[in-house]
Amino acid sequence: MAGLPLHVALPDLATTCKLGQRLGELAAPGDIITLSGDLGAGKTTLTQAIGKGLAVPADHYITSPTFGLLHEYPGRLPLYHMDFYRLGGEEELLELGVEEYLEGEGLCVIEWPDRLGSLMPTERLQLELTVNGPTSREATLTAFGDRWRGRLTILAGEFS
Amino acid sequence: MLLLGIESSCDETAAAVLRDGREVLASVVNSQIAVHSPYGGVVPELASRQHLTNIEPVVAAALTQAGITLDEIDGLAVTQGPGLVGSLLVGLSFAKALSLAKGIPYVCVDHIVGHLLSIFLEEEQPAFPYIALVVSGGHSSICRVADYAAYELLGRTKDDAAGEAFDKVAKLLGLPYPGGPAISELARQGNRQAIDFPRAWLDGDSHDFSFSGVKTAVANYVRLKRQQGDELPVADICASFQEAVVEVLAEKTIAAAHSAKIRDVALAGGVGANPRLREYLQELGASRGIRVYLPSPAYCTDNAAMIALAGYHCFQEATRALDTDVYSRSHLGRPQPKTGKHSYGGPNSVDRHRPC
Repeated sequence: MAGLPLHVALPDLATTCKLGQRLGELAAPGDIITLSGDLGAGKTTLTQAIGKGLAVPADHYITSPTFGLLHEYPGRLPLYHMDFYRLGGEEELLELGVEEYLEGEGLCVIEWPDRLGSLMPTERLQLELTVNGPTSREATLTAFGDRWRGRLTILAGEFS
Repeated sequence: MLLLGIESSCDETAAAVLRDGREVLASVVNSQIAVHSPYGGVVPELASRQHLTNIEPVVAAALTQAGITLDEIDGLAVTQGPGLVGSLLVGLSFAKALSLAKGIPYVCVDHIVGHLLSIFLEEEQPAFPYIALVVSGGHSSICRVADYAAYELLGRTKDDAAGEAFDKVAKLLGLPYPGGPAISELARQGNRQAIDFPRAWLDGDSHDFSFSGVKTAVANYVRLKRQQGDELPVADICASFQEAVVEVLAEKTIAAAHSAKIRDVALAGGVGANPRLREYLQELGASRGIRVYLPSPAYCTDNAAMIALAGYHCFQEATRALDTDVYSRSHLGRPQPKTGKHSYGGPNSVDRHRPC
């Protein structure tokens, strides 16, 4: 079940980074965040900030997973950054071993999550980035399941 | 010594025959561009299926072109990674099968090392140590190459690879995949100075790259023009975007050579086939007293001749073992895992390998 969406205005890059960092700090083992937004909306930038919040060492650059499909980083929790844009469907995701990550003890950040189909986890935070201007974005955060509800309330207080 | 090289890390199935580490007797590349073009990028599942279909005919064509039979081959060199696991597995499994059936050893080669050494397929060769710029769809790195087996990573991308930026901008403009050739062709008719897209120089003397900002700047420009109902100046966008990327690649490479007091620079990787990058790098190098070595475009894009060449120089590591495995991310400058699963790893394993 989806909770009420939280809208967060991100007028500049600094606020986008602050939101990402807080998500990383609040993340718990087994969490899943799905990321959507147009090309250049800032999905990788937001993931870099999430990595900062997870204390991924600075010499591990969080780069676009478009080519490699799945990047893994050490941190307070392992970060699994995935881009499913070029995957055809569930069979390929299973071949990639994606279930192992979704059910693992790290934080999964998934770009192009619609490719998951029936593998879409019931417990997840859905985050959509909308472009308003050159550096201005709006994030819409929706909790599916119970795990993220309380934490969304915390974020609502911090970003209102 | 006759080496058969096999490459299948991404969307090219390739085989080559190399004599004594110098003479290319055959180099055959079967490109899957037509297969992936409708999807705007490589589709991993389609790629591995295509490799399966192509690998035997491509190897056979290379042997025919070289005028030899499999029985005359002394050894095999095969790409182990980085790349798409499903695609890599086709090449590695094929090499293992040949090794087992014919009783010949094979050596596993890093795809990036193949690119770094590809300049040795040409007559004009740099002296060690030299600086190599490796630019492709998945990699943008500056390396110091001390000899055939020693590489130091001096700089790498912090977000998008250069080739990835080309592909994504092409997509924004509605141009076909792959984006590099489409943009470079249109750029010829455009004005490089028409739009001032940002150059990411990063901090001080950093040899790292960032191409995410210029991609976003193009996206913003296109969005604004569309909102205003203006016609998109596609050729000018292509020329100005290409110039922004090329300028940063060339300036940072020459600066890296300069600060390392190295006079020789080599270009490598698919983006190395870009005419404007080749021209810019060569002119900039000449103006700073640095000699730039350019492999022919056919040896910039993925090929098996460079894999055979890299394999020749590490053939002392050749094996007949059947338990080797592929890896998805670059291990350049780090020890490679000897056994175990693909470097996607499992939830309990940590990727300790720096991306290159």
